[in-house]
Amino acid sequence: MDQKHIRNFCIIAHIDHGKSTLADRIIEMTGLLTSREMQEQVLDNMDLERERGITIKAQTVRTVYKAKNGEEYIFNLIDTPGHVDFNYEVSRALAACDGAILVVDAAQGIEAQTLANVYLALDHDLDVFPVINKIDLPSADPEKVINEIEDVIGIEAQDAPLISAKNGINIDQVLEAIVEKVPAPEGDANAPLQALIFDSLYDSYKGVIAFVRIKNGTVKKGVPIKMMATGATAEVVEVGYFGAGQFIPCEELSAGMVGYITASIKNVRDTAVGDTITELNNPCTEPLPGYKKVQSMVYCGVYPADGAKYPDLKDALEKLQLNDASLFYEPETSIALGFGFRCGFLGLLHLEIIQERLEREYNLDLVTTAPSVIYKVHKTNGEVIELTNPSNLPDPSEIDYMEEPIVNAEIMVSKDYVGSIMELCQQRRGRYVSMEYMEATRALIKYELPLNEIIYDFFDALKSRSRGYASFDYELKGYEQSQMVKLDILINREEVDALSFIVHKDSAYERGRRMCEKLKDEIPRHLFEIPIQAAVGGKVIARETVKAMRKDVLAKCYGGDISRKKKLLEKQKEGKKRMRQVGNVEIPQSAFMSVLKLDEE
Amino acid sequence: MKSKDYTEIYVHIPFCARKCDYCDFVSFAGCKDKFDAYFAALKDQIGKTYETVGKLPIVSCFFGGGTPSVPDASYITDILALLKSKFEFLPGAEISIEVNPNSANLSKLSEYKKAGFNRLSIGLQSANNNELKALSRLHTFEEFLLTFNNAKKAGFENINIDLMSAIPLQTIDSYKETLNKVLLLKPTHISSYSLILEEGTPFYERYKDAPPVGEDEDREMYYLTKEMLKNAGYNRYEISNYAKEGYECKHNLGYWRRIPYLGFGIAAASLYKNTRFQMHSDLDRFINKDYSSDTIILTKKDSMEEFMFLGLRCTDGVSKKEFFQEFNEDLNEYYKDEISKLKKQELLKEEGDRFFLTDKGLDVANYCMSEFIK
Repeated sequence: MDQKHIRNFCIIAHIDHGKSTLADRIIEMTGLLTSREMQEQVLDNMDLERERGITIKAQTVRTVYKAKNGEEYIFNLIDTPGHVDFNYEVSRALAACDGAILVVDAAQGIEAQTLANVYLALDHDLDVFPVINKIDLPSADPEKVINEIEDVIGIEAQDAPLISAKNGINIDQVLEAIVEKVPAPEGDANAPLQALIFDSLYDSYKGVIAFVRIKNGTVKKGVPIKMMATGATAEVVEVGYFGAGQFIPCEELSAGMVGYITASIKNVRDTAVGDTITELNNPCTEPLPGYKKVQSMVYCGVYPADGAKYPDLKDALEKLQLNDASLFYEPETSIALGFGFRCGFLGLLHLEIIQERLEREYNLDLVTTAPSVIYKVHKTNGEVIELTNPSNLPDPSEIDYMEEPIVNAEIMVSKDYVGSIMELCQQRRGRYVSMEYMEATRALIKYELPLNEIIYDFFDALKSRSRGYASFDYELKGYEQSQMVKLDILINREEVDALSFIVHKDSAYERGRRMCEKLKDEIPRHLFEIPIQAAVGGKVIARETVKAMRKDVLAKCYGGDISRKKKLLEKQKEGKKRMRQVGNVEIPQSAFMSVLKLDEE
Repeated sequence: MKSKDYTEIYVHIPFCARKCDYCDFVSFAGCKDKFDAYFAALKDQIGKTYETVGKLPIVSCFFGGGTPSVPDASYITDILALLKSKFEFLPGAEISIEVNPNSANLSKLSEYKKAGFNRLSIGLQSANNNELKALSRLHTFEEFLLTFNNAKKAGFENINIDLMSAIPLQTIDSYKETLNKVLLLKPTHISSYSLILEEGTPFYERYKDAPPVGEDEDREMYYLTKEMLKNAGYNRYEISNYAKEGYECKHNLGYWRRIPYLGFGIAAASLYKNTRFQMHSDLDRFINKDYSSDTIILTKKDSMEEFMFLGLRCTDGVSKKEFFQEFNEDLNEYYKDEISKLKKQELLKEEGDRFFLTDKGLDVANYCMSEFIK
């Protein structure tokens, strides 16, 4: 099929605005799939994605549409991840498209993330056309949303299809708009191969499956190829395109097409997202622009609750990494928690997803330490350390100064909550940049915020202060010098390495105090009094005490209670086993986790 | 004869005039219309059990509840007579019944005595009438005195008085006064339990967030009990039990020494041939002659654990020799780590053949005992 009849596009939307539902309708209406064959939502594969209503890995599907002009078109719908943590993946998926459908909720209007993704799409020269979804909601106000789109984003929206993806209203208009408004690809099928990798996954039979958009040239089975950035080479075993939920092999992929390539590649790291595949013996002169090495933004220690499960955890991380090149891990040991891993993530959501997958898919009980960002520690001897584990902070006397990562944050919120959101940003050491009203009732607030202030519970705090209506997006701005200190927690006068973290010196007291309060509730009483102290540089700044246990006895015990009594003792013993021994204090796993979410407000 | 060749009997009488707000034992207020059927079923169960186990030698028999003194005396004396006809009550066998002050008058007590009961356990709980009211007890201290005197008149020598500490309205002084008043009566045995807030009771809901008496005071009351009773000639032989020499409750000691026992009635437990039985708690099912129980067959490991956590309730603890005789294992070796840990914490002490909990160990007995669960 010639390129004129191919449409490569994606759907961009804020969470819950109906992206996946619209994708389902498009797949359904283009006829390759009956309703019965559809999974609940075809594109969101993982259980987790379905539960959270977000897309974590880009999914792609190829369908055939017979347009009203009587001609058939191939639609390649490239789904994009829906969260700021996966911004880079989004950008590569966008680069594989020629156009984008912008889905906006008719009741909620534009959100911060919508804006971020639209700008990203426009940056990639995509033709963006809007559709207004959920028009059947009682609170829908399509006219207002159309004006908002025109005013805020500056794209034509008057003839935007007014649809309900959920109820299948006006989907035909969307299909026609795809044919009309998404430009056909324009590549040279006879030029040297240039294929953009926008995603990849690991299959135990086929090895790595690279998802590609062929920009120029043609690729088929048996051709030796080269990944230009990673330098890996291989011979193509199979090419094909994406059926709904399955891979369909074909003869060749040529310019303008979207499909997959397998080449017995064993490691997803060899097919980095954003890299260009070319022919080994007839390479193109330049790789496609935009390749970036993915960098972890957030780190934390991940430990098995049961120390004996360390090999299982290692195994699980290895398997997850096969499919997720952005997951980083290396072994580390903690005095309190034993053997585990320091893991790097794209952001807090990525961290939570990995943690949940480890627990759910691999059945592991985990203890994670407080998440940390990468600090740059400039030592007096001129050396610069990138610090990911607070325990590795050099002695203060060896530190000249420290730098911390700062992000540009955009928060969109209705005007009623502007005050409390700004207050939150100030508390989090934010630097005010600007505020503009998108319309009479909604404002876009821009702040520069230290990353370490938002990886904790910022998102939760944001939601609770805006009754769930604030939306939030950020990107790394750079590093700035900052007065950071290491806060240590001492339990019964012994430092617990897994509880140490880096904090701005002005927040140290407050954080330390709250940590001590929380730990006091978490640590069971022992036979002796246990002081819990927070210290900075050896100086105690906060203290709580767990009083000694004076009584733990079943005073009355009738003979018949023996089975019950035994159960009680067993439970008590089981509890002891799950404790982590630090010095002569037994600390429950939950204590390590509880300090991750120190209550706001 | 080895102690394990004896058997004990427990009979559960699940009836009360009123259910106390702190009580989580299986008992029902009122239910007079069910007395006949319940006691008939009890007799039936006793007969059927006898057919299985035969004429076992009985060293002690205990009627507990509920309040066994609530139904007419004849219900109780009939059961005891039946038990005596089926089993071999050994000379000197201890036969106890729990009574409450306002449900046991002189004639009732006399009938008990005549039937062969030789030990009474009277639930007093407190000598302070305000505290009794707060416990939702139906009697006053004066009514208790009457009952106590009637018990003496009826010929009972061996009498236990049940007390409670750490109860609502109680102070150290009022508790001391209760102890003093009770000591004037010179009972042979005193039990003093500190209040346990049992889940599912009204007390639990009322006090779970703020117990009526703080932990420090609770302990002070405990130490006070021990000291005052010791001065008056009572020996603390179990966590909450005190007796004049020779008057320790044989029946209760049997539980801690894992002597086999047969339980009759709903919710009653039994230990027989290394198996623990726990009867269901459904009155109507029982009346319909459903005597099914949950059973746990004890492994050697289970039995060793029980040996420890039950034995350590007694102040004289456990015997290494007996442990070896029963399990063919060296106690010091089998529980080496646990023993050394508890000794280091000064919770456990070794003297000659015996291991026992120190006073501090008794305060945190659960903590100590759970160590022996492997």
